[in-house]
Amino acid sequence: MSHLKFECETGNYHTFCPISCVAWLYQKISDSFFLVIGTKTCGYFLQNALGVMIFAEPRYAMAELEEGDISAQLHDFDELKRLCYQIQQDRNPSVLVWIGTCTTEIIKMDLEGMAPKIEELTGLPILVARANGLDYAFTQGEDTVLAAMAHRCPEYLPTKNAQAPLVLFGSLPNTVSQQLTRELENQGISVSGWLPETRYEELPALGSGVYVCGVHPFLSRTATTLMRRRKCQLIGAPFPIGPDGTKAWIEKICQVFDIQPKNLQQREMKIWENLKDYLSLVKSRSVFFMGDNLLEISLARFLIRCGMIVYEIGIPYMDKRFQASELHLLEKTCKEMNVSLPQIVEKPDNYNQIQRIRALQPDLVITGLAHSNPLEARGITTKWSVEFTFAQIHGFTNARDILELVTRPLRRNHHLKNLGWSQLVSSHH
Amino acid sequence: MKLAYWMYAGPAHIGTLRVASSFKNVHAIMHAPLGDDYFNVMRSMLERERDFTPVTASIVDRHVLARGSQEKVVENMTRKDQQEKPDLIVLTPTCTSSILQEDLQNFVERATVHTNSDILLADVNHYRVNEFQAADRTLEQIIAFYLDKENISYQKTEQPSVNILGIFTLGFHHQHDCRELHRLLKDLGIQINQIIPEGCLVTNLKKIPQAWFNIVPYREIGLMAAQYLEKKFQMPYVATTPMGLVETADWIRQICLLVRTQSVFVKDGHPKKMDFEKYIDQQTRFVSQAAWFSRSIDAQNLTGKKTLVFGDATHAAAMTKILVREMGINVCCAGTYCQHDADWFREQVQGFCDQVLITEDHTQVGNMISQIEPAAIFGTQMERHVGKRLDIPCGVISAPIHIQNFPLSYRPFLGYEGTNQIADLVYNSFTLGMEDHLLEIFGGHDVKTVITKNLSTDHHFTWQPSAINELQKIPGFVRNRIKRNTEKFARSKNIQEITVDIMYEAKEAFSG
Repeated sequence: MSHLKFECETGNYHTFCPISCVAWLYQKISDSFFLVIGTKTCGYFLQNALGVMIFAEPRYAMAELEEGDISAQLHDFDELKRLCYQIQQDRNPSVLVWIGTCTTEIIKMDLEGMAPKIEELTGLPILVARANGLDYAFTQGEDTVLAAMAHRCPEYLPTKNAQAPLVLFGSLPNTVSQQLTRELENQGISVSGWLPETRYEELPALGSGVYVCGVHPFLSRTATTLMRRRKCQLIGAPFPIGPDGTKAWIEKICQVFDIQPKNLQQREMKIWENLKDYLSLVKSRSVFFMGDNLLEISLARFLIRCGMIVYEIGIPYMDKRFQASELHLLEKTCKEMNVSLPQIVEKPDNYNQIQRIRALQPDLVITGLAHSNPLEARGITTKWSVEFTFAQIHGFTNARDILELVTRPLRRNHHLKNLGWSQLVSSHH
Repeated sequence: MKLAYWMYAGPAHIGTLRVASSFKNVHAIMHAPLGDDYFNVMRSMLERERDFTPVTASIVDRHVLARGSQEKVVENMTRKDQQEKPDLIVLTPTCTSSILQEDLQNFVERATVHTNSDILLADVNHYRVNEFQAADRTLEQIIAFYLDKENISYQKTEQPSVNILGIFTLGFHHQHDCRELHRLLKDLGIQINQIIPEGCLVTNLKKIPQAWFNIVPYREIGLMAAQYLEKKFQMPYVATTPMGLVETADWIRQICLLVRTQSVFVKDGHPKKMDFEKYIDQQTRFVSQAAWFSRSIDAQNLTGKKTLVFGDATHAAAMTKILVREMGINVCCAGTYCQHDADWFREQVQGFCDQVLITEDHTQVGNMISQIEPAAIFGTQMERHVGKRLDIPCGVISAPIHIQNFPLSYRPFLGYEGTNQIADLVYNSFTLGMEDHLLEIFGGHDVKTVITKNLSTDHHFTWQPSAINELQKIPGFVRNRIKRNTEKFARSKNIQEITVDIMYEAKEAFSG
């Protein structure tokens, strides 16, 4: 059997800055406040990327660094203390999350050193997450925040003759985390907590004897922190994206708890049955993932199971250990569906990718907003990748939502196909 | 350090990128960390741009911090030279490169040896200037780069001609304004020599001095270039914004004067005779509807209404003057976020408004609005949202803007068609004239009767508390639909009691 091939390009690709994680995390953790310590550039990105949200009195703000801060004319400790007092007074959050940026990295601002001191002065817990564009891409921002949060979870005290606790990690909308919790409950496994919970004060207990399992493919730092620093046991499973992924995820957890899964096969089949109409639309269509949010492997695996052909999986960063089960399932899926293994391209080069897209003419390109319109104008159908980050795509219940997203451009273009104006650029670019 | 939620003007590199990507066949390379190329998204989404935005990032990552980015930047520039064969590559520093203090100019010199393209380092400091100032400077820099190059020999065009400086990508209604200026100038018998930078080739910049004079429609960007050209080639410029009837007339008169004084360029000494005054009068009274509109009885109801105006210096000043001088509306407060141009703004609106507000802090503007309680606001998207919260209508007259401010239809703010557009905008922003009266006389509309769209027959079903709880988590605008679908599903399965599981099953069964 052939094995997956991994390539690495130049890293000249478009993605969102990891500070964008504040957008969904401040909504998930309802008693939090996120302070992004950075420049106008960071603020401008957040303001434009988050659009309307910015007007709804969001629980995040910029600590905008000015020239005096950069040249150390101002004392950063006093400055941060002043802002933190102000936030405490105005918003009274239960936790303050400092998001370190490229600038704080370069000027080596000692956020980790200052946070405990200001925490002591204000009595307000302060977490530090370095979600910067020097080290991370887009969704990895959440990883840095959750890794920092893992340190703040209370210590687990073992109780006798109870099931070993299971903590799931990864931020999901409350409805979706509830759905996954119930899927496991149906198998007789109770979830003792989520990292993060809806409130900071409800963070789950962690420690030796606690099992942890991730729901997002981009949480490798959090996983490492949970294992190494909190002595938890990691359940390495494929991610619950698509019915196939969800089934494999539950199976793996059941296996760890020594439980024989009930009705799982039927449950999966029923979901596939419900997807029939969409499956006929995607069957034998080809997909190209340009790569920007680290969900790519799981989505590609699901789409291959749906009958699609994946040419290339671009991905910002590939943790082969954390994603081992997912990669294995991808290989297995390709074999079972009798399609060749896709190229996995780490740190892709968007320019090269566009040349390949031109040569391959895939039926669908999953890409960021920077390339969507130009590709559409050249007659190439695209799906905006960021939507997968914000849509509900986890568990059995939401499998349909993924296909709704994937098929939308195909359905739209199907409606317009006879109008004769799919190529909308004038010259040969 | 400053606590900030929102900013009116973007960071410096955005200004540079707007200039670079407006030119044809110019490529910008940002020296920036991953994720800083958000400009490409804005251009692609807001402008609905069909072409790939000619901006790439030379990524600053950990390796770069350790070893310096020389190799990488030089390689990226030479690669781009080969891939796209641009005429010019603009190396664009960001906040990150400002603090790294690498010698980017040196990289430019190194790369120039291997490239066919010209390469230029944008001379902007992130911590000193904002988007507008950076754009202004970059435009001047690029023009000077091509005009300082060699001894430019040029001859003025035979007929009067102008350059329009400062039409940009992501500018507020720039494309429409440009078309309108084009039309106006054509009416006046004046040729357009170059439009800069939108759609302009840098190789054509050497033709700039052939024009008789320059036009700078927006104060924020283009003035530096105009001043440079005046100094270097003795080219005069018109910096009035032809927005509103009075200012448009003034603009035409200034042009007329320049055409007359410059007519030495014409071989026989006299350009085609044109009666500018007659043209202004015709356009004002009969082509534009705005003059007549403000005299019509409908517009009487606008008299003395209170407004607040806020935006960039160009649009806020012009709008203030239009509202007061041409419509008889009372501007209680006029303001701008262009702090660097505060003096000019104060001078412009002096005598037209009760008070002037110069600030970059949107909360200050918001407080002013709630204090004044105007009948309408004319501002940016931020003021629109403040207006929403306070239930005050708002017309958007300036950047920062959203996608809805990039209309597909023809919506200039400048020239005579612009006056029509502005009149519509103003009129539609206030509660409509007669409607206002009727509301006052008859004491408001009908009392709202509650009409529920809820078609489900609740009494058939028992919703478990946990299910009700779950239902509450669903966003309001789809909640009823989810409820109906769940009950429809339950009915089909003969289920009386609705649990959370039933809700999920229903979702799986329906498309949602």
